[in-house]
Amino acid sequence: MTLCEHLSLSFGEKVVLEDFSLSIPDRGIIALQGPSGCGKTTLLRILAGLEHPQAGTLRDISPQQTALLFQDDRLLPWRTARQQLTDVLPRSRWDEAPKLLELVELSGEDHTYPAQLSGGMGRRLALARCLALEAKLYLLDEPFAGVDLPRALRILERLKAWEAPILLVSHEPDLLSNADLVLSLDGPPLHVIS
Amino acid sequence: MGWANPLKNVLQKLLAPVFWLGVWQFFAFLVDQSVQGKGNELLLPYPATVWSALVEQAGQALFWQSILATLLRVVLGLVLGAALGSLLAALTCLSTWCDRLFSPAIRVIRAAPVASFILLVILWTGRNNVPTVIAAMMVLPVVWDNLSQGIRATDPKLLELGRAYRFSRKKRLTLIYLPSLRPYILSALTTGAGLAWKSGVAAEVLCLPRPALGTQIYNTKYMLEIPELFAWTAVTVALSLVLEALLRRTMARWRKGWGT
Repeated sequence: MTLCEHLSLSFGEKVVLEDFSLSIPDRGIIALQGPSGCGKTTLLRILAGLEHPQAGTLRDISPQQTALLFQDDRLLPWRTARQQLTDVLPRSRWDEAPKLLELVELSGEDHTYPAQLSGGMGRRLALARCLALEAKLYLLDEPFAGVDLPRALRILERLKAWEAPILLVSHEPDLLSNADLVLSLDGPPLHVIS
Repeated sequence: MGWANPLKNVLQKLLAPVFWLGVWQFFAFLVDQSVQGKGNELLLPYPATVWSALVEQAGQALFWQSILATLLRVVLGLVLGAALGSLLAALTCLSTWCDRLFSPAIRVIRAAPVASFILLVILWTGRNNVPTVIAAMMVLPVVWDNLSQGIRATDPKLLELGRAYRFSRKKRLTLIYLPSLRPYILSALTTGAGLAWKSGVAAEVLCLPRPALGTQIYNTKYMLEIPELFAWTAVTVALSLVLEALLRRTMARWRKGWGT
């Protein structure tokens, strides 16, 4: 599917995207790798509708059909782990909350508040909340930051069976080698190397 | 020892009241000495004299009727002021036009002397409604100011999350704004409650509704019953502190369980 065509975006003098286009497979995990500041996060934010390009179009997936995992957790401090999920799940799917917690290996933490979770646990909870959203494209910005590698690999393996494609930003070579497709990027302006 | 800590807590809490009662007793004694027992009660009565006056008042139905009537007026004023202040805070933060229209008016209410409002409102609403209206007018700017600050200080990252995760307006209000506003609401309500008491009772003193705590205070002044004046003032302060403690406890219960 074609995600975007001829995107251009500048912040003042800094050109982040210039005539950037991207197509990805309909399923699987597509990893984006590239140096910090090359524009990966900006690309995800454009696809999620949080930044507006000065030129170009979003094609097969609209921002309303995406689910973005932010680079920071953004958990609501006053909601338990289970509530973080039921807050985004429609009521008819609330029974899926335990399964999502199990997927990110947080079973038994239903009633735990973010302040009581470690950094890695908070990251996994934020990931589970993102996956709870109904979307046709998942945009995960460094989903395993602070998560130990064996656990991250186990979770990644489970995500391979996910129904919608997952666009994932990571710098971890072991995670990248387990993705279905790796796109190497450079910039700014952002461009695909291979 | 199991009883050492509770005893220490009680002693710590008693320290300030006992100290200030001692200061009061000392100065009452000095006044008593300087007037040589001739009318010290008109200037500064002893704490025990005030206590006797309070006990005597408490034996009369009018005492409790006055307290209840004033409590109802002040709480109603607090609720009205808080509701209007919250509504105006939301409006002035959401709309630049509302901000331009309402903010100067609210600042005028905040800056204008309470006495002027009391005298005007007596003419507009009749004496029985004045304390409620005045309490509401004093609470409104405090709540508006605190909540406006709170709304503007709400974490933009959480608001962006709400947009990205397609939260409804109701969800944004209940899951992001209201919990973020909690410390501002607490500050607004506790400050507002104190102001509601002061201004509500001051309005009662000036417009003399019946029954009312302020009317009783006016009568004591008129009759030069200074121990009774102290007693009614102590009742006003005690009620204000109880209301503030109740508000704090309610807000603490709201926060309980965040795990922080």
